[in-house]
This record gives sequence, structure tokens and C-alpha cells, in this order.
Amino acid sequence: MSETTTAGAKPRGIRITGAYHRLLAFSGLLALLVVFSLASPNFLQTANILAILQATSVNGVLAVAVTLVIITGGIDLSVGTLMTFCAVVAGVILTYLGLPLPLGLAGAILTGLASGFISGFIIAKMKVPPFIATLGMMLILKGLSLVVSGTKPIYFNNTPGFNQISLGSVVGQFVPALPIPNGVLILFAVALIANFILRRTALGRYTFALGSNEEAVRLSGVNVDRWKIAVYALAGSICGIAGILIASRLNSAQPALGQGYELDAIAAVVIGGTSLSGGRGTVLGTLIGALIISVLANGLRILSVAQEWQTVVTGTIIILAVYADILRRRRL
Amino acid sequence: MLGTGGDLHVYTDGCRDFPHAAGRRLTALVEMVDIDKQFPGVRALHKARFDLEAGEVHALMGENGAGKSTLMKILAGIYRRDGGDIRFDGKPVDLGSPREALNLGIAIIHQELALMRDLTAAQNIFIGREPRAGWLLDEKKLNDDCEAIFKSMHLAMDPRVNAGSLTIAKQQMVEIAKALSFRSRVLIMDEPTAALNDAEINELFAIINRLKAEGVGIVYISHKMDEIKRIADRVTIMRDSEYVGTVPAATTPIETIISMMVGRTLSNEQAAIPDTSAAPVALEVRGLSRGKEIRDVSFTVRKGEILGFAGLMGAGRTEVARAIFGADPIEAGEILIDGRPVAVKTPRDAVSAGIGYLSEDRKHFGLATGLDVRNNIVLPSLERFTGPAGVLREGAMEVAAKGLIQQLAIKTPSDTQEARLLSGGNQQKVVIAKWLLRDCPILIFDEPTRGIDVGAKSEIYKLLNRLAGEGRAVIMISSELPEILRLSHRIAVMCEGRLTGILPGGASQEEIMHLATLRPSAVAPDPTTKAA
Repeated sequence: MSETTTAGAKPRGIRITGAYHRLLAFSGLLALLVVFSLASPNFLQTANILAILQATSVNGVLAVAVTLVIITGGIDLSVGTLMTFCAVVAGVILTYLGLPLPLGLAGAILTGLASGFISGFIIAKMKVPPFIATLGMMLILKGLSLVVSGTKPIYFNNTPGFNQISLGSVVGQFVPALPIPNGVLILFAVALIANFILRRTALGRYTFALGSNEEAVRLSGVNVDRWKIAVYALAGSICGIAGILIASRLNSAQPALGQGYELDAIAAVVIGGTSLSGGRGTVLGTLIGALIISVLANGLRILSVAQEWQTVVTGTIIILAVYADILRRRRL
Repeated sequence: MLGTGGDLHVYTDGCRDFPHAAGRRLTALVEMVDIDKQFPGVRALHKARFDLEAGEVHALMGENGAGKSTLMKILAGIYRRDGGDIRFDGKPVDLGSPREALNLGIAIIHQELALMRDLTAAQNIFIGREPRAGWLLDEKKLNDDCEAIFKSMHLAMDPRVNAGSLTIAKQQMVEIAKALSFRSRVLIMDEPTAALNDAEINELFAIINRLKAEGVGIVYISHKMDEIKRIADRVTIMRDSEYVGTVPAATTPIETIISMMVGRTLSNEQAAIPDTSAAPVALEVRGLSRGKEIRDVSFTVRKGEILGFAGLMGAGRTEVARAIFGADPIEAGEILIDGRPVAVKTPRDAVSAGIGYLSEDRKHFGLATGLDVRNNIVLPSLERFTGPAGVLREGAMEVAAKGLIQQLAIKTPSDTQEARLLSGGNQQKVVIAKWLLRDCPILIFDEPTRGIDVGAKSEIYKLLNRLAGEGRAVIMISSELPEILRLSHRIAVMCEGRLTGILPGGASQEEIMHLATLRPSAVAPDPTTKAA
């Protein structure tokens, strides 16, 4: 057994194994699709598939936001309540102040950006651990949503077409047979952009580098704090988009909603093979993870499994997904 | 350009022959004067000084803890000095961050390689300075630039390779490439050859000579005398946080340098090696294997014997120790204690079988730094101090802890002092105390003196000798050959997961280094491995 490690030989293993988990998640998704379509003829109906996609859109967008943060080796527990707060801000701008639609959308996204910036600042500059910092932000935002809205839902009845942002279908206008909701298109757009940022921009490079070895990045003379804040701010803006999506879908900003969404988002990220210890992860994996969660919920509902049990199944899948990853790594 | 000595004279144009010749340069490239640095509880540097000229290799030597790394980290902008002046090119500079140092052209290659394992070689090298095309990263230029640097180093490596998958030697090459990419004028290397074999060392020296010829000033921190003689122009020696002196490398005898390092002429401190060949075997390991890390390792340790484990970084010594202790799984192999096979699957099994392990990294594995000294000492023996209903008997714990504090002369204000506030040497003693309380007949010490000062070291040495004298079997892993030579009754040497030989105590450094670099291809069945 010769030990002449040629530079090109070993890393291929690493890349394959990175893809391996995505493959595993993808086969899991396919297996679920096969099982459910065999179990129920209703499952593969176009309407049902579109419903699954629609149901994935909000969680998917949040999960993309969390993916960015988790790759840095951090965590963001505030994404759910931040989404709600952004929706409430949109409601205030559009319904209470009666301002035009673009201002409402911009307001929501900028609110997300600002909140992410604050989280990032607390983590990078004040050195509060991400778990604690974003736990605090989660509660702050939850409270602010209730305060700003006066604990009442804000309806978007004065903004005609607001619900079309998520529920309408641009594709359907051209291809009537395939009315893919806009919410799904927005999810894919967000995913594509996030993937692009991760793979092709300096911000993306530092995102991976931070999760891989933060001290090494610091010693390389990189302004670690600034980039870390930027990642949280970007994740925050994506939460703003999720806020618009959910508000549009419900045609209202529901201030009591939001808590719990962060856990679904983290679940999607983990099932999709992103390492919670940072340095590794993909947006594609996260999308697959989010789809697995919605397919499970949808399929089990079609099979008339009680909602309580759906949660149990999702929990089991999370543990199995991570365990599969650990088994693989042990074998290496 | 792979020769080492040859290029040197050609390019340096005789400078080497007159290292102090006036007028060669009006000012030194770097001058550090009266540098002070204080860490909580430790004086790391006291009026330390150092200077470096362009185109020279200046070795910095001293025992562990002498302050070499701290001084260089100050030069690299990682630590801030508490006092003193630094001049670069004759101008006073204030190096507040690694970035400032890098911008001036001062780069450091760390002993613990600081790479981002999930990034490629090229991405590591250009981190923070990625070539861009507008908003986007220019991955092609990145890889091309990296390729160009590798070429200039005569290095055949794929820029797209993941850093985490490279051997330590290659990772080091990536670090050097990174330093070169900054067009560094000062390159600090902290024990660069610690994990390299001979061929890799030759490659490294060829690169150093080329850099030197280009006028780069190189600070070379090392313990290895032969390397200093081969590569350095001048040697600065430090001891106990202070500057001792600077001498020309070529003409100063090794003995002089060593006596400057230790502060006295080194006598043969190796105590007489007791004959333990008749003592019963306490621990026998047969065919221990796991993947590439541990390959078919077999050895015995007798009661009252200190078996030293020597080898380069990454040779698999710690892995063997952890496997024996049940901290990591094994794929094959047997562990026998007092001649009986025991199943050690977890550290708990190991402890009940009588094995104590003092890990390499005290802070992370050996010591609960947040707990006080007393609780650290009694931690593995807690069952003994548990009364009915699970209530701990604090009184008995206090008596036991105080007894050991006295016995080992642990310097602590009280047994309720937090362990993290103790000095390194005393923390190490606390870890030893906890295994003494367990009364383990087999003790494994992994780098027992890493990061502790000279005085504490000799106390630890005495303690190890005493433990063996009491009839315990002691395994000691150390990267410092003098330590291995001074303490070991026999010396096991590992290379790349294999036990390449077991030498009798008092073997020469050369014999050990030969076995430590014995690559698998060269491993023949070695008769010495059967010595016991």
C-alpha cells in the first residue's frame, strides 16, 4: 500500500461525499414521492404538487436564509419572528399609512436587513454567542410585532393584488396548464441568488471560510466582523422576502405567527446536509430538505395521518438524516 | 534549483561570509528592542530583542516557553506588545493587526497550520484578496495566480485541491505560498519542519534559499541544531522570556548554543536506566489497528518502566494512546493488562482497568477548567466519595485533594481555587493528581510538558520518575527528543501509523529520527521491534 498521495486523488473523495449527502437527501425525496404516489392516486395530481410547492415557499426561503448563517458556523433563531415583523411593517406602510406597494415591499426587506445587521453586530462585535443573540432577537421581534400591530392582524384589503405576489401565477398566464404560483418562483429566485452569492462572490467565500476556521480567516487579515455582520444582514433581508410571501399568502400580517418557523427552517437545512458545525453546505440541499418536509406533511395528510404524527415523523427524519451523515464520516 | 547549499553563495554574493559587515545595509529590515509582554499570570517577554536583515535566515532558538513564538506573534501583529519599539526599514511601526503586518510585508507561518480546511488551496492562499471581476470572484484568475505561485516554488499541486485533504507537508507549502503571495519581505517560520520528512525538508530549504536570494528576511524558529547549521546565518537565543544573545550560525559550536539556551553547560542528565526487564508486563498491546492512523501496533510496558513514544507530528502516537484509553474506536487489536485480555471500548472501561490518560491538550480534554482544583482531582473517583442517597462527602474530598496538593507540591492558594487560574505546570499536576487518586497502575502521558516553563518541567520529570519507581507502568508521548532521551527506559518510535521500532533507552537522536522518518515503503520487518 503506497502512500504517495497525489494532490488530486484524495479531494475527489471529499467532493463526492459532499454530493453524497445531497444524493441521499434527493433519493429520500424521490422515495417519498414514489411511496405516496403508490399509496394514494391523489398525490401526483398537478394541483397537489403545486400545493406542495406553494407550502414549501415560505419555509424554503427562510431555510435559505438560515443556510447562509449556519455555513458560517452560526445559527439564527430569529428568522421566524423576523419574517412576521417584516410582514407587520409592510402592513403598517401599506394599510395604515396607505403608501404605494413598492414602498411596502422595500420596507419589509429593509427591516429584515436592519434586524440581521443588529444580530450580526451583537454576535460579531459584542461577542454574544449566536444562539443567545438570535434567541434574544427572536423574542424582541415577537414582542415588537405585537406592539406595532396592536396585537391585531393587519389586512391588505386596500392593496389590490397584494395576495397575487404569492398566490398569483405569472407562468399560468402563459402556460395555463402549469399555474406555478409566484411564491414558488420567488423561492427559486431567492435560492438561485443565494447559491450564486455563495459560489461566486467574496461574501460567499468568507461565509464558508468563517465556518471552516474563523481564526485562520482573522489571521489572514480579513475583517471577520464586517463579513459576519454582512451574512446575518443578508439572511435578514431574505427573511424580509419571506415576510412578504407569507403576508401575501394570508393577505394579512398575523403578528402572533412566526415562532416555530425557525425550527422548520433549521430542520430543512440539516436534512439537506449542511453541517451545523459550519464550513459546508449547499442551497440545493436545503431546497431538497424543505421539500422533504412539505412532501411528508402533504403525503401524510392525504393518507389521513393525524397532524400530531406528522411532527413525530419529521423529527425522526431529522435525526436519521444527521445520523446517516455521521455514519458516512465515521467510515472515512 | 533543488540543491540547497549551492545557490546560497551564488546569490548572496558573499554576504554570508561577513554577516556583520558594516555598510551592507544602513538599517536592518526589522529591529525589535526591549519588547515586553505580559499574559495573565505569566511574564511572556521581558526586554526581548531581535533584528533581521534582508536576505538572511535568522534562527530564533530557545526551550519551549522561552518566548520565541510570542515575540514573533508580536512582529506578525497577532499580539500587541506591552512595551518596547519595533522598527521596520528604520521607521517605527505599530503593528496592531495581522493585516497591518501583512501589508508591510511581514508574514508568519504558524506551527499549528491555520488553514480553512473546507476551502481549496487557491482559496486559502488568496483569502481576503480574491481576484474579482466586478462583483464576482474571478475563480479562473484565482487558480491561475495560485498556479503561478506554485510554479515559482517548483511545486506540483492542484490549486483546486481541498486544503483539509492535504498532508501536513503540503498544507505547509500552501501556507508558504500564501506568505509569498503577499510579496513578503519578512517571513516567519515557526518550527516548519516539525512534521516533515527528509525529502520534504530539502524541498523546503530549497525554497528558503531561493527566497533568501531574492532578499527576503527569514526568521526560522526551530529546535533542530542540524537544520540551524544548514540553513541559518545568525542565531538568536532566548531563555525564560529574555534575550540571551546573537551568534553567527556557522562558526558557533552547537554546545555553546545549547548552553546559552539552557543557561548552563548541559550535563548528561539521563539518570541510570533501571533494569526492568524482569518486572512483570503491566500492559501489552497486540496488533492495534485503525485505518491509516494506527497500523498493526504492538508493544509491551513493564511495571516500573517508562516507555517513551517518539515520532513526528501526525505519526499516530496520540491516536494509539487514545485507542488504548478507549477514547476512539479500534478496528483490530487486543489489549492485555497483567496478561489478561481486557475489552476497552470506552474511557470508563480503561479507567476501571487501571489506565489513566493525561491528554495532550489539558484545557480541552484533561481538565475541567471551570471547576476548582478539588473537584478536578476527585472527578474520576467520585464514586468513592459518594455517600448514601448520592450525596457527596465534601469533607473526605477535601482531605484527599489537600493530600495530593501537598504530595505533588501543586502551587494553589487553596483546593477551592478554579483550575483555570493555575499555571500550566500546576494544571498538569492537577491532572496527574486525579489519576493518582484513582491509583492507576498504568499511566499514559501525552506531551506532559507542553507549554509549561522550564522549572515546572523538571518537577514533572521527577514526578514521572517517581511514579515509575513506585512500580507503575508509564507511557510518555513527547515531541521533544531531549525529554524522550532523558526519561525513557525504552523508546518506541512511530511513523505514519506504524511502530517502526523500539530502541533501548540512551539511543541516539539519529537512531530515533531514522525510525521516525521510516516511510511505509521502506519498512522491513525490524528485529528491534521485538526487543522487550
